[in-house]
Amino acid sequence: MTKISNESIWLSGNEAIALGAFEAGVKVASGYPGTPSTEILENLSRYDGVYTEWAPNEKVGLEVAIGASFAGVRALATMKHVGLNVAADPLFTASYTGVRGGLVVVTADDPEMHSSQNEQDNRNYAFAAKVPMLEPSDPAEAKEFLKLAFALSEQLDTPVLFRITTRIAHVKGVVRKGERETSAVTAGIEKVPGKFVMLPAMARKRRVAVEARMLECRKMAETMDCNRIEKGNTKRGFITSGVSYLYVKEAFPDAAVLKLGMCWPLPEEMIRTFAASVEELFIVEELDPFLELHIKAMGIACHGKDLIPNQGELNTTIVRSAIDPSTSAKLFPAVDLPPRPPNMCPGCPHRGIFYNLSKMKVFVSGDIGCYTLGFLPPLSAMDTTVCMGASVPIAHGMAKALGEGAHDKIVAVIGDSTFIHSGITGLINTVYNDSASTLIILDNSITAMTGQQQNPASGGNIKGEAASAIDLETLCRAIGVKNVFTVNPHDIPGTKKVMKEAVALTEPSVIISRAPCVLLPEMKGKKTVAYFTNQDNCTGCMACIRLGCPAISWTAFAEGEAEIRGYKKSQKGISKIDEILCNACGQCASLCKFKAITRGEEK
Amino acid sequence: MRATGNILFSGVGGQGILLASEITAYSLLAAGFDAKKSEVHGMAQRGGSVTAHLRYGDRVYSPLIEPGRADIQVAFEMMEAVRYLPYLHKDSKVIVNTQRILPPAVATGKTTYPEEVLAHLTVHRIAVVCVDAFDLAREVGEVRTANMVMVGALSVFLPVDPAIYEQVIGTRVPERFREVNLQAFAAGRRASA
Repeated sequence: MTKISNESIWLSGNEAIALGAFEAGVKVASGYPGTPSTEILENLSRYDGVYTEWAPNEKVGLEVAIGASFAGVRALATMKHVGLNVAADPLFTASYTGVRGGLVVVTADDPEMHSSQNEQDNRNYAFAAKVPMLEPSDPAEAKEFLKLAFALSEQLDTPVLFRITTRIAHVKGVVRKGERETSAVTAGIEKVPGKFVMLPAMARKRRVAVEARMLECRKMAETMDCNRIEKGNTKRGFITSGVSYLYVKEAFPDAAVLKLGMCWPLPEEMIRTFAASVEELFIVEELDPFLELHIKAMGIACHGKDLIPNQGELNTTIVRSAIDPSTSAKLFPAVDLPPRPPNMCPGCPHRGIFYNLSKMKVFVSGDIGCYTLGFLPPLSAMDTTVCMGASVPIAHGMAKALGEGAHDKIVAVIGDSTFIHSGITGLINTVYNDSASTLIILDNSITAMTGQQQNPASGGNIKGEAASAIDLETLCRAIGVKNVFTVNPHDIPGTKKVMKEAVALTEPSVIISRAPCVLLPEMKGKKTVAYFTNQDNCTGCMACIRLGCPAISWTAFAEGEAEIRGYKKSQKGISKIDEILCNACGQCASLCKFKAITRGEEK
Repeated sequence: MRATGNILFSGVGGQGILLASEITAYSLLAAGFDAKKSEVHGMAQRGGSVTAHLRYGDRVYSPLIEPGRADIQVAFEMMEAVRYLPYLHKDSKVIVNTQRILPPAVATGKTTYPEEVLAHLTVHRIAVVCVDAFDLAREVGEVRTANMVMVGALSVFLPVDPAIYEQVIGTRVPERFREVNLQAFAAGRRASA
């Protein structure tokens, strides 16, 4: 029974992984925030006896974990799927060095791109880096499998990849608490150059060890508990892993299933036995035909991506109707409604910058963060978004491609945390190779999009304790940027002047837009005096409306209403500030030329 | 074996849907059900349309409600009661907070808020329970308890003893807000009973 009690608790997949890391005796954990992985380290930081930190990026995070493993303790690195691209360099060679203390890397993939720029399938990394990968189906398995991953890592001398997806990370389910384990490895300095120094001569030897280890792992896979055959109707048999297993169980509850808890390497004999026992074999997996390709390479006939979509998330309905098209249910039709996309918060400092950019007729090279929402109307002021840190080199590349005369047409925009993650090297290149593109660093003192994580410029560590904070102005000057400006983005006209000046320069320039995120606890706690609309003065010019602030709304006048209410006959309507939503940034007031927006205290 | 029940929560980021779905889930768990909940964090939370899927039964596999199979929808905003219509079936019940939150295209005057929006549900003979959660929350003295009014309104339709909810609210809500949340819960129950 699943009843919750002292032993059984209800946790999200990410909370369960944090508990699993604690129970596995993890001593050091590092990572970079990224949806849907963020809450793992946040939760783990609340346990005693585990050192946790936010690293500036995923590569550093994994390297910290590798260091801890070399020192003989169990270590964890966490990241979202695209973060593993950044950390791929250390991963591929850590596969050769192997470990001392257990080393597990969590990759949180985001099929459907709920909060990501692509939906890459990171199971491919297990194959490419030649490391085992475990893949749980729900929070309870996530906790148990994480402990298994550490045991496997130490037993086989390998880093272990641990793949979750959004529907495991952000799903809550019943999880049973367990015993805390300790690693058999002794912490301390041990010099093992043949294993830790990957010069070509040593790497060639380790290359052989990698193959031997994966062969052994493949043999173990045949009998591991996490790979299991669930007996059932053999007319149709399903091989599946991860969250897809749950959809198969609901769509075809009576069918025979081979559930793979370890999706790399594969238990070939088990798969052959299962395939031979069923009349028709179906591989059900999200995104790439990963299992399907490797099972077909064994010479086994099966259905897979000929039926199951290779894009987006699956669900029970998709799985059922892909295999039994006759089961498609008739649904009520969707109603065409005004969309409700995400938006920058009322009082968000980014809004002022994007308002100015929208008026400047420049190409805006954007980046990854809340400010990517500057793309949306009414501001519509972002023209590229590729990956973390790309805004800076893309702007430089465009400036070089377009040559003379383009220096005032291109602006890069990046957040404080993203700049530290991977924007700094791009800025070094802009200065070194000399282009006149302008970079705006949106410094809101926090990593906001993922839910308020501290970073090396925010002045706090993962536990919220005081930490060293990078001085961004000094850093930019040290890189060689001669023109560094700091602005208050809430003063829209004042900021515009500086932006125009910086963009006109024929050498590199950086504008630091400095104002804290309105969601910071210290901002939320502040008793703000809201702005309000003095509607007698409103001329309906819509200057404030064009900010797209959720606290400001437009009321259109009916025919003749303007005159009856004492406005000019031609006035189309009036704007109004919702004083409950207003966070008192004053951007709208800085735009209003008619004294129609004033602060509460001035009423 | 009891059938799995499916509750879809919908609304606008920041309306307290998370806490409402948690209180409901913990009450179902305390009543002896298995339960799974799925939600999406990150970009969607910034004032966008949000949902949480809550499923309960003897054993729940998938964390996602299938289209056409939501038994109850709890909508925190009127338009968001209609946006997920394909998830409903003819016997679904929709509990809706009669609040209007203007999406960007409406707030900026590009389009208007749809008139009689709930008619899109009633035309299919779907049962709609309207609750003025904001007003009821104001009556109990704390507008921020509107989400607990909705939990109360939902509780009437779930196989859980109200005493269990009260116990869960007692343990999940900070002490100084406990009494007002219990009052909000009771007001919600009266509103949909």
